[in-house]
Amino acid sequence: MARLNPEINAGSMADIAFLLLIFFLVTTTMDVDTGIMRMLPPPIDPNAPEPPPIKERNVFVVLIDFQDRLLVEGQPGNINTLRQQTKEWFVNANNDPNKPERRQATIDHLGDMEISRGVISLQNDRGTSYEMYIAVQNELTAAIMELRDELSNQRFGVDFEELTDEELIEAIREAIPMAISEAEPRDIAAGRRAS
Amino acid sequence: MKAINTASLPDIIFMLLFFFMVTTTMRETQLFVRNQMPPATEIQKLERKSLVSFIYIGPPLQYQIFGTEPRIQLNDAFAVPADIAAFISAEREARAEAERPLMTTSMKVDRETKMGIVTDVKQELRKVNALKVNYSTLRGEVTLGRR
Repeated sequence: MARLNPEINAGSMADIAFLLLIFFLVTTTMDVDTGIMRMLPPPIDPNAPEPPPIKERNVFVVLIDFQDRLLVEGQPGNINTLRQQTKEWFVNANNDPNKPERRQATIDHLGDMEISRGVISLQNDRGTSYEMYIAVQNELTAAIMELRDELSNQRFGVDFEELTDEELIEAIREAIPMAISEAEPRDIAAGRRAS
Repeated sequence: MKAINTASLPDIIFMLLFFFMVTTTMRETQLFVRNQMPPATEIQKLERKSLVSFIYIGPPLQYQIFGTEPRIQLNDAFAVPADIAAFISAEREARAEAERPLMTTSMKVDRETKMGIVTDVKQELRKVNALKVNYSTLRGEVTLGRR
């Protein structure tokens, strides 16, 4: 009977491998290391002079109350329409006097551009759920990224994420800044218009 | 009946082992709070994980002892917002001078936490000028109302 006597008993090799596997299962985690990047506003120096107020037309006010209801520019809002609303407001295609102004600037690789002076101001209540907060941050960021995509496609023919040249990326970032800021925290309730 | 040839059994286990070795990271701190993160689409990967400080916020896992109110966990212990200044200083001391401006704070907040405690933490971070913040999320479409 031609039967190869195994030199090493393979059963104990499997045991060693199991031990190593269990060790790794116990000591490691599939850590999630992705997330939304944000720069927090610097702390307010009580001695510094007040910064110049931004015109109301240039501020896109987004409020979330303790019941996760949205108030966008004084009107009840919907998370599903927030992205489109933000884009339309930021671009202000019809030069509506209630929507942001633009300033002229010359940017490398893009030439003379009109940059929107719009700033998105997000404020949440202490009782807002984190999930809603992230959803709103996501939608606002997505609105800006979509605008950047559109400009990048128009001028360079590729999506913003697919640009590799640092200078082109910087140019688009300058043309459409990630102008999302968080206001000083305080309690709000939807239905009461915040000034 | 001939015995099954077991020579290939360790190979299968080694494949599983290599999979885990490649996809996981050594866990640095033991989590005492629940950490189910919400999904988002506009996310970026954390670069230079060595320069990241983690703040965990969520309801404690052992709620019978610690209650169900969300707590902050820094390193291996529960903390209050006032401890964050000391935590950030310690993290900064541990890194080289040149790398301090590149440090990021990753906030790993459970999805059902209310924003009150998160706002307190953010105010403390602003006071110590730790402004680079990353809200940790899973990659996925946002679906609200799925509670």
